[in-house]
Amino acid sequence: MSKIPCSKCESLLQLYLDGELSEGEVRVAEAHLDECGYCRRHYRFERAFRAYLREALRAEPMSPELKVKLVALRSDAQPGERL
Amino acid sequence: MSEQAPDTAGRGLAEEARGRVRFEEEALSYADQIYQVARHLAGSKEEAEELMQETYARAFRSWRSYTPGTNMRAWLLRILTNINIDQGRRKQRRPPERSLEEGDYSLYDRLEQAAGDGSTGDEERLLQRLSQSDVVDALAALPHDFRDVLVLVDLGEFSYQETAQILSVPIGTVMSRLHRARRLLRQSLASSLGGEK
Repeated sequence: MSKIPCSKCESLLQLYLDGELSEGEVRVAEAHLDECGYCRRHYRFERAFRAYLREALRAEPMSPELKVKLVALRSDAQPGERL
Repeated sequence: MSEQAPDTAGRGLAEEARGRVRFEEEALSYADQIYQVARHLAGSKEEAEELMQETYARAFRSWRSYTPGTNMRAWLLRILTNINIDQGRRKQRRPPERSLEEGDYSLYDRLEQAAGDGSTGDEERLLQRLSQSDVVDALAALPHDFRDVLVLVDLGEFSYQETAQILSVPIGTVMSRLHRARRLLRQSLASSLGGEK
C-alpha cells in the first residue's frame, strides 16, 4: 500500500464530494480512486467526516415559542393565533 | 385613467391574497431548516432567534420580490445573511497565522496515528475520537467569512453557485474560502487530538 500522498486526487476530492466536478473530471477522479487505495481510504474518510460534521453540528430544533412568533408575522395572522 | 370592472379588480386582489398566503406558508415550511443554518451563522441561540424573526419579517414584507418556482430556501438565507452582515453583530476575526500547507488529508492521518493500527479502514470509529464540542468550537472559531461558506455548503447543502448568490460573492471566492475553511477546521480538530498518543 502506497503512503505517498496523491496531490492530484487530494485537490479533486472535495470538489468531487461536493458534486462540483465536470463529467470529465469525475471520470479522472474515479479512475484514480479505483487504482489508489490510499486516496480511496481518504475519500471514504472524508465522506464519513461530512456525515459526522452534519450530525455533530445539528442544532436543537427551533423552540415552539419562536415558531409561534414567526407565524404571527404573517400578513393575515390574528393575535394569539397558534400553529 | 383606465377603469377596471369591479369584479375583475376584486378577482385580482383575491388572487394576490392567495399568492401571498401560499408564499407565507411555503416560507414557514422552511423555518426549521433555515434555523439549523442560522444557529451556526449567529453567535448564540438568542442571536439566531432574533435573526430568524428579522428575516421572516423582512421576507413577508418583500414577498413580491420572490420569484415563484425559484429556490426559496436560498432566497430566505440570502435575506438572513444580509441582515447578519448589515447589523455587524459578527466579531471580525483574522484567519489564524498558522500555515495552511498541511494538506486535506492531515486530520485523517492524525486520527489514524492516534488510534494506532487497529482502526485503519474504519472511518466511523476513527471519527468517534473527536468530541462534538470540539467540532462546535472549531467551527465557531473560524473567521466568519469562512464559516458562512462552510455552513452553507456542508450543512445547508447548497451548491457553490447557490452559495455565491446567497452571499453575493463570486463563485471563485466561495471556492477559496471553502478550501481554507475546511483546512482550518481540520487542522483545528487535528490539534485537539494533540494530547493523544
